[in-house]
Amino acid sequence: MSTLAYDTIALTGRQLRRVRNSPGLALLTQMMPVNMLLFFGYVFGSALALPGREYRAFLVPGLLVSTAAGGLMTGMFQAAADTHRGVTDRFRTLPVSRAAVPLAQAAADLVVTALGMVPLLLVGLAVGWRIEGSVPEAMGAVGLLLLFRFACTCAGIHLGLLTRSEDAAGQLGASSFVLPLLSDAYIPTGNLPGWLRTIAEWNPISAVTTALRDLFGNAPVPRGAAWPVAHPVAGALVWSLALIAVFLPPAVRRHGRGV
Amino acid sequence: MPTTYAVLSEGLEKRFGAVPALRGLDLAIARGTVCGLLGPNGAGKTTAVRLLTTLLRPDAGSARIAGRDLVREAAAVRTLIAVTGQYASVDGDLTGRENLRLFARLHRVRGPAARAGELLERFGLTECADRRAATYSGGMRRRLDLAASLVRRPEVLFLDEPTTGLDPAGRGYVRQAVRDLTADGTTVLLTTQYLEEADQLADDIALMDRGRIAHTGSPAELKALIGWYAEAVVAHPDALGTAAAVLDRLTGREPALHRERAAAGVLTTDPTLTLPRLVRELDAAGVPLLDASLRPPTLDDVFLRLTGTASTPRTETDPTEEQAA
Repeated sequence: MSTLAYDTIALTGRQLRRVRNSPGLALLTQMMPVNMLLFFGYVFGSALALPGREYRAFLVPGLLVSTAAGGLMTGMFQAAADTHRGVTDRFRTLPVSRAAVPLAQAAADLVVTALGMVPLLLVGLAVGWRIEGSVPEAMGAVGLLLLFRFACTCAGIHLGLLTRSEDAAGQLGASSFVLPLLSDAYIPTGNLPGWLRTIAEWNPISAVTTALRDLFGNAPVPRGAAWPVAHPVAGALVWSLALIAVFLPPAVRRHGRGV
Repeated sequence: MPTTYAVLSEGLEKRFGAVPALRGLDLAIARGTVCGLLGPNGAGKTTAVRLLTTLLRPDAGSARIAGRDLVREAAAVRTLIAVTGQYASVDGDLTGRENLRLFARLHRVRGPAARAGELLERFGLTECADRRAATYSGGMRRRLDLAASLVRRPEVLFLDEPTTGLDPAGRGYVRQAVRDLTADGTTVLLTTQYLEEADQLADDIALMDRGRIAHTGSPAELKALIGWYAEAVVAHPDALGTAAAVLDRLTGREPALHRERAAAGVLTTDPTLTLPRLVRELDAAGVPLLDASLRPPTLDDVFLRLTGTASTPRTETDPTEEQAA
């Protein structure tokens, strides 16, 4: 087995054990989207043009993608915290592949996220969301969702290594709450004023959300939208791969260099 | 010769922005010895260790660790070193056992679980092995930290204040571990603020000051460098002034006064100042002398004299000493 693969697996195990040893934070993180589904689904759902059950089915993919986008915050926080506590430095003095530490963080995060999305899907099923497309399409949707999470985590790790501050990560995390609000995650973008609609449709969250709705068969692709939303699967892939290409190499380099 | 010196650096330099942290570090540590790296805060100890452990790249200069080039063969260097303390810590979210297993695995040790069990036993951590390391006391954490560095015998071990905050049993574990390691040929670079610790553990001392090595030598050599400590204890504090004046005249240096012990002391390199002469001169000046001594200086004295700064906030020594000095 290659050094990189071996080290990444060993360090992924470490990250997963950490979650198992103190599961409280992971549990709290998972509660959030479920609460939002119930809150948005019943409060906003009754005021929107979409009928209630239909809005909740519309909302579930949006919340899945918002949760995936939370990788930005989680990645940043963990990377900053590890740097701060000198754990990363210990790994850097070991004969460990330079890329293994950030890759293991992102890989473990994927496992935790995938498990964490199960409660949201179950509650979604209970309030009226369904997989209305084919099984391969649904699997494609899950794949896109996890790829996007991985991309957001990579971006977060880079920013975390850049700032090296858990406080900064916390602050940015709080403000990253608005990112899904400026997308079609919670509302259709069709009725937004032109300039705002453009911003929302070029938000990566919109492309991924639209792709999920399309693949799950929850809502049709909106007409006359910007390119990433009009071609949601391609748009979601391009956005995710672009984020990985932009943030993963410098994160690995920065980890190797030690800031 | 690469095998003679475990650490050999020439002219290592590092600056952070405009601030020079290291201004040409020349260090030679013989294989199987313990070298104490001492220096006041800001002397560059941390930067030196971070460079020598591949955590930072030098701006200039070169170094070889166990014969391998620090920069060009950094990956090989990492298989030969171990680092503890403030420079690198264990993971508080993992248990002690999980930490050791992980490090053993990353070092490609055969049977990582067995090795972890062995180390837990050796460092007296078996009982708390399955608790998260974050819940450990300071001393337990320090022992775990050292154990994690020993999953595989390193050629060079970088130890940071290894016994600070440990109870006597904990200090025993650490000192025994250091002795066992050097007996097996491991070289130890010890950084500490506690001179007593360096005095007991180190074969050689490298005294750092403002980004350079100011002096090197065994503790005895360094002490010889600054001479002897002449002290007079008088019957009542009123006589301290007279005693100090005599010491000043004999050594040409202003003595430090310790009022609560009614003592005055000063360092001297004058070989003609013998104990009988010291006693005669003090007696002739009418000093009510209770005790007089000429003793080797402590490393604290060395430190103070050679770097012009106190090593630590002197919580353990008498506070008037600093005012007087």
